[in-house]
Amino acid sequence: MTQNNRLSGGQIDRNTTVNFRFDNRSYTAHPGDTLASALLANDVRLVGRSFKYHRPRGLLTAGSEEPNGIVELRTGNRQEPNTRATTIEMFEGLEAQSQNRWPSLKFDALGVNDLFSNFLSAGFYYKTFMWPAAFWEKVYEPIIRRAAGLGSLSMEADPDEYDKGFRHCDLLIIGAGPSGLMAALTAGRAGADVILADEDFQFGGRLNSETLSVGDQSASDWAAQAVAELSTMPNVRLMARTTVIGAFDHGIYGAVERTGDHLPTLPAGKPRQILWRIYTKKALLCAGATERPIAFENNDRPGIMMASALRTYANRFAVTASQRVAIFTNNDDGHRTAADLHAKGVHICAVIDVREDAPVNYDYEVLSGAQVVNTKGRLGLTFVEVALPDGSTRTLECGALGVSGGWNPNVHLTCHQRGRPVWNEDLAAFVPGSNLPVGLTVAGAANGVMSTQGALQSGMDGAVEAMELSGKLPDLPEAEDAPASQKPFWYVEGCKRAWLDQQNDVTVKDVKLSYQEGFRSVEHLKRYTTLGMATDQGKTSNISALAIMAEVAGKSIPETGTTIFRPPYTPVPISTFAGRMKGQEFHPTRLTPSHYWAKERGAVFVEVGNWLRAQWFPLPGETHWRESVDREARQTRASVGVCDCTTLGKIDVQGTDAAAFLNRVYANGFAKLAVGKTRYGLMLREDGMAMDDGTAARLAEDHFVVTTTTANAVSVYRHMEFVRQCLFPDMDVQLISTTESWAQYAVAGPNSRKLLQKIVDPDFDISNDAFPFMACGNITVCGGLRARLFRISFSGELAFEIAVPSRYGDALMRRLMTEGEEFDVVPYGTEALGVMRIEKGHAAGNELNGTTTALNLGLGKMVSKKKDSIGSILSEREALVEPDVLRMVGIKPVSSEEKITAGGHLMNSAGPVDAAHDQGYVTSAAYSPILNSSIGLGFLKDGANRMGEKMRLVSPLTDLTVEVEIVSAHFVDPEGERLRA
Amino acid sequence: MIINHPLLGPRDSSEFTYLGDASLIDRPDWQAENAAEAFYEYGYLRDNPAGKHQELWFHEAGDRSWLVVTRDTTTHEISKVELARDLARARGRSK
Repeated sequence: MTQNNRLSGGQIDRNTTVNFRFDNRSYTAHPGDTLASALLANDVRLVGRSFKYHRPRGLLTAGSEEPNGIVELRTGNRQEPNTRATTIEMFEGLEAQSQNRWPSLKFDALGVNDLFSNFLSAGFYYKTFMWPAAFWEKVYEPIIRRAAGLGSLSMEADPDEYDKGFRHCDLLIIGAGPSGLMAALTAGRAGADVILADEDFQFGGRLNSETLSVGDQSASDWAAQAVAELSTMPNVRLMARTTVIGAFDHGIYGAVERTGDHLPTLPAGKPRQILWRIYTKKALLCAGATERPIAFENNDRPGIMMASALRTYANRFAVTASQRVAIFTNNDDGHRTAADLHAKGVHICAVIDVREDAPVNYDYEVLSGAQVVNTKGRLGLTFVEVALPDGSTRTLECGALGVSGGWNPNVHLTCHQRGRPVWNEDLAAFVPGSNLPVGLTVAGAANGVMSTQGALQSGMDGAVEAMELSGKLPDLPEAEDAPASQKPFWYVEGCKRAWLDQQNDVTVKDVKLSYQEGFRSVEHLKRYTTLGMATDQGKTSNISALAIMAEVAGKSIPETGTTIFRPPYTPVPISTFAGRMKGQEFHPTRLTPSHYWAKERGAVFVEVGNWLRAQWFPLPGETHWRESVDREARQTRASVGVCDCTTLGKIDVQGTDAAAFLNRVYANGFAKLAVGKTRYGLMLREDGMAMDDGTAARLAEDHFVVTTTTANAVSVYRHMEFVRQCLFPDMDVQLISTTESWAQYAVAGPNSRKLLQKIVDPDFDISNDAFPFMACGNITVCGGLRARLFRISFSGELAFEIAVPSRYGDALMRRLMTEGEEFDVVPYGTEALGVMRIEKGHAAGNELNGTTTALNLGLGKMVSKKKDSIGSILSEREALVEPDVLRMVGIKPVSSEEKITAGGHLMNSAGPVDAAHDQGYVTSAAYSPILNSSIGLGFLKDGANRMGEKMRLVSPLTDLTVEVEIVSAHFVDPEGERLRA
Repeated sequence: MIINHPLLGPRDSSEFTYLGDASLIDRPDWQAENAAEAFYEYGYLRDNPAGKHQELWFHEAGDRSWLVVTRDTTTHEISKVELARDLARARGRSK
């Protein structure tokens, strides 16, 4: 294919030709093109189908505000839907597909929707898919979803990397047009630390699109020279291809840098996009302005574009959308497009100006006081029908129509902190209001300063004011300084189907209808018609719709209101927000000291918070996890087992007030705990609910080691610091988390002492007399290694927990296994740990679930009334201490064949099964290899007095009913003889 | 947001964990006659001002100080940052 629509000049590299494909056809382009300019150069005007009516659509703009030219870019697992052709930088081998059409762009079956448009007006979905409600999910939603989707996903994982980064600066300048460049030069020369960011790959903004001069240079040359100077300044960082997407609190800005989207293939290790968080002292918004359309009958045909876009394509990209172009305008700027195109040899059919006093031109015809009333051309514009002031109509044959309805300042970022723009009558547009994000000021067209000279001046002023500069300032070059004034002209009277939001197919009529049907606030209008809610967020349609709403209401635009903008400024892929936090990298993985040893043993791991813990250790020949778990539990109870319990939180508590402090945070007493003793402790929240449990071991008069559950290690530490700093600030007590510092193993079972005696140094006597149940102390093992030993038991067996500095954890585990061979030692995982604690009736996370009290847990007597402790007062609330409150019980099936299911509810043996007759629920369940039966723990109303009662365990969701017996929660060794052995 | 830590200078708010109203410092006397009522109010009743609000932030990924941050809930402007411990002492808390 030849590039038939190329013009002379432009800022493309004509010496290099690149190949690209669109809808499986091959074309050529040049570096410096966008996909949009390359398509136009190859005479491709039809690029997509609209959302609702599937109308043929072409490019409307040349920038990120594009509503129509959205395509699927790249192929395979790199396919990306809804990318704007106007911002895709051309590269060799680029592949893109049009979307929202089937079977092809030129013949789209759902184009039939267009014929039914009378039925598909504003609020169509709300009106049609209302009832019956039973149809919402199963019938209507699939229909709507199939017809509606914009683009499609590859359904494969994105193979590329995305990253996040942080930057700091004195002044962030957003946009590198005339005002942004001038601001950067001013602040940069003064030595300020500046970041200049622009979404385009080429700095200069509109300067690259105009034939105006700046000083004695062309506008684009001046821009290039400014960039060249800035790039030599070490204090200025230029960030091209970087969209500042949001203004956040305290001068923090979000920005997306497209580091790899313009490359045919990403070099290894290079991210595709980077999400930057930029910390600024000051920021200057130089985001320019967006041209707005005029709505008229059939104004959406491919070839009908913004006049400024035609000018950009001609001047920057050396492309025209057609060799025959007409212009429809209400302002002088539209005439510039005609003049520029004419100078490039494009035939100007006419300039249609709604004003009676349109400027005269002798090179081509100007139709003053005229309006476009209709257009023709099924897949692309062929004719324009113009109504002349004398009442006659004229038909112009043309392939492109440039439309200019004036310019809207890009105020978006000024609204991100709830700032509201204000209406400016002279410009007939919204300009930034006074309540801007802290530290942000606005310059250039974004602030309503529409001339080039004005933009340069206000950019310099903005930098001077933001950086409080004094002394010599740069000399401003001379540039175009036409007075800016716009008279609004929103739409041509009498039109039936005049499009405002082209991506979501919202017409002038829809806006009026919405008002008639009572949706009179702007926010309601948006949601009812979906105007401005597409991927372009209504950048070319919101203001026009608001103006039409105001007209229908007979109010002024400021009275009617405005919608404000939220981040992001343009769409951001989810992958960019995720950065490297995906898959296994979603959160850090914490490994226990025995992890690599366990891996060697073939352990199956489970994620517990961020931790990976061994769940069980399968042996060759074991085919079901229960086989492994049953064996581990049985062997531990028969001889000895070892389990890594390092993940339990450990908090070192030191100071002369350490005991007094623990007395406050635990519901039970700690003041009188002897040195060398450990005590079980229950912490309550201030509302009286159980928060966490664990042990506190008193290693010295002023030194305790507190353990917490794995899940609550962080929150318990935070809570204890709160109590220490905020409630009892004068206590002499210090806390530090030592969870990672100590490797800690439970050694449990009747032979646990014998095993430990083989490694504990002979100086330390750990016999039952010298080191009884709940003893603790500092010892040494393996010939001098410092260690801590606690005689505590979660399994109910004679058991110890031994701790050594983490770096010795792996060695200690291996030593325990070797020394334990003679006792047939078994490593056990979290499953066997769970089985044994359920058998013993120890509460864990399932029971300490945030809704249970000490009384519920059977620990009511632990809450001391004789001292001040967190939660003790509110744990006495009436409803929490009624006689029949839930009590923790054991549950077992009447027939040992049956199974207890956690989550099931307990019902009386007879009577209705419903919420009103609910007696309690099951929190934990396991198969007990000792009892050869399924068992469970749960809460039952007045449970303590219902031992032996037969009940029904039901789970209506799974149609389960099991006859169960209520028993003591202590299934194994209720007298505690084993653990005291 | 940026919180100007009294000891460490400006830090990003992502280093902190939020708790809530700084009135949580004013824990009632457990032996007072109306203790049950006072603890109920302490635990459940909070002012919810549109404007200046004293609130507790924990520098969890930092030095583990509890801070009292005075923040305008309508603008997020932070006008004061104090160590909660200092404020607690000033409000008469001790041991």
